[in-house]
Amino acid sequence: MNFKDNKAIYLQIADRIGNQILSGTLTPDGKVPSVRELAAEIEVNANTVARTYDHLQQSGVIYTKRGLGYFVSPDAKEKIVALRREQLMQGEMDYFMSQLKAVGITPAELQQIYQDYINA
Amino acid sequence: MFSIKEISFSYSKKGVELFNGFSMDLEAGNVYGLLGKNGAGKSTLIYLMTGLLTPQGGEVLMDGENVRRRLPKTMSDIFLVPEEFELPRLSLKEYVKINAPFYPRFSMEDMQRYLDIFEMGGDMNVKLHALSMGQKKKVFMAFAFATNTRALIMDEPTNGLDIPSKSQFRKLVSAGMTDDKMMLISTHQVRDISDILDHVIIIDQSKVLLNAGIADVMDRVAFRPVQAGDQPIFVLQSPLGAIGAVPAQPGEETAVDLEMLFNATLQNPEAINQLFTASK
Repeated sequence: MNFKDNKAIYLQIADRIGNQILSGTLTPDGKVPSVRELAAEIEVNANTVARTYDHLQQSGVIYTKRGLGYFVSPDAKEKIVALRREQLMQGEMDYFMSQLKAVGITPAELQQIYQDYINA
Repeated sequence: MFSIKEISFSYSKKGVELFNGFSMDLEAGNVYGLLGKNGAGKSTLIYLMTGLLTPQGGEVLMDGENVRRRLPKTMSDIFLVPEEFELPRLSLKEYVKINAPFYPRFSMEDMQRYLDIFEMGGDMNVKLHALSMGQKKKVFMAFAFATNTRALIMDEPTNGLDIPSKSQFRKLVSAGMTDDKMMLISTHQVRDISDILDHVIIIDQSKVLLNAGIADVMDRVAFRPVQAGDQPIFVLQSPLGAIGAVPAQPGEETAVDLEMLFNATLQNPEAINQLFTASK
């Protein structure tokens, strides 16, 4: 499986918003741009952005206040980290492991590499 | 909003019929991309929809009225941006003063906003005939969007625009679209518009080969490297290996590659038709 796949646009936008929440550009209980604002900013169809917001709402990353728009959930960061962890374990990790095995990197070596990375 | 019913059309009596029993419906709230090869009849279809050409058979209705009657209520709710056009020897201000009254929902505020998006804002006294081709197109499109007609039809709108202007055009569409409007963008430059569409229509030899929502395309077709066991509809050799349009597996979602979808549809219309008529 190739993990560098051609991700659906609405999910790419979800990643973008996720990054903004993790970096603090969007804050807990802060307002998320309206569907139309964001669509114009990133030059995509408004229904695609609406689909992103549906997806993020279902994942609990954002919530809606009737008539006021979308807001960042107080626990959005935890939700995003959990979601990404799940994605990583399901997709990219699998590919990564197969590559490690193919070139013969031992568990001990991997542990050392990862330890060095964290310490760097 | 538009109902095209069984139209037939040819430019001369002895000539080839460009359309024969062609039908299609277009609904408000959608940005449609009309794709087809050169000579597929895209521009002709647009002229038939806007009452500039009259079909020999069948009819085109907008909100139930035949467009060939060119009723004021129909004409004031349709705006056409042709591929090529001339602007009169007037200032922008004079042009707006003369033309805006034909469109009851015209908004000067929107006009300013759209000119700003195109970085053409500020000078309403600019002489239209002094503008370059790309600038003319931008000014005319800003006016077209500002008329707020419910139907906005554009023939090759990105032709003649430089790279930043193409991006500005996409902003304009995303900013100007509302649920009561319908936009139809005819083009063969699919890369310019792929992310702003709700719906794609591919025509060839007077037939609608594909008429589908982008969400539906995403459900049914995946655009990615070809894997063992795939039955690709279209394959392209790339430096990284074979990539293609393949029937999407359950739950598989990839970004829609319009260019590949277009090639797949022209090359293998039966497979596309089968894929899109199967129940999901």
